[in-house]
Amino acid sequence: MIAAIPVQHGLILASALFALGLVGLLVRRNIIFMLLSIEIMLNAAGLAFVVAAARWDQPDGQVMFLLILTMAAAEVSVGLALVLQLNHRFKTLDSDAASTMKG
Amino acid sequence: MNVVFYISAAVAVASTVMVITRLNAVHALLYLIVSLLAVAVVFFVLGAPFVAALEVIIYAGAIMVMFVFVIMMLNLGPHATREERAMLSPGIWIGPGILGLILAGELVYVLAAGGGAAGAVTVTPKEVGIALYGPYLVGVELASLLLTGGLVGAYHLGRRESPQDTKGDKT
Repeated sequence: MIAAIPVQHGLILASALFALGLVGLLVRRNIIFMLLSIEIMLNAAGLAFVVAAARWDQPDGQVMFLLILTMAAAEVSVGLALVLQLNHRFKTLDSDAASTMKG
Repeated sequence: MNVVFYISAAVAVASTVMVITRLNAVHALLYLIVSLLAVAVVFFVLGAPFVAALEVIIYAGAIMVMFVFVIMMLNLGPHATREERAMLSPGIWIGPGILGLILAGELVYVLAAGGGAAGAVTVTPKEVGIALYGPYLVGVELASLLLTGGLVGAYHLGRRESPQDTKGDKT
């Protein structure tokens, strides 16, 4: 049997993807790109769970990935509804346009 | 088979870098779909074929289609057709096309090498299902509750407001 992939390399990939998503979230001001970066970060977290599941040959990590997938689907539906509202009210996708609170 | 992991990891990182540096949202979506497909290949190599299939179907399929729908809804206007004409030019498709071709080559290689998952041990969908509906049953219930909350929240936020609501304080 071929040697399995070292768990460090999988975790390095997961942390690289997470860091890229974090950089995208901090750098970009377009709210669509911020949502995409959040998706990247959630996916990287799921990747870390699957790497751990492969390390111990247990299905638990995959179950956690399924829960993350569900959470990402719910999050993105609410987030995109918020994007539509932002575009409807401020006629822009810049998240700085909605930086002030009413109160 | 380890080389498949490293190639698809490189594809994932490269396409993710392209996602966060694009100016056009649809171009970023194209690269993000390639990135998710590459992560699906990584899952397959790690011995999680069920999760790899779900990654393709739900992440690269359903969630990305939702993004495309919203971008289409936002881009109503005269510059939408100009956008469309720019999308038809071949230059945009070269980057994602090359990265996707790398993944397709890996797929052919894996199929030629026997088709099975490459990891030391494959965790089958049956084991995942048994774990999901055994010790994690409460998690499944909570996930369904979360999806219901997402549905209600998206419906509430996405409805078109009447004009006096935007003027007055009451919502």
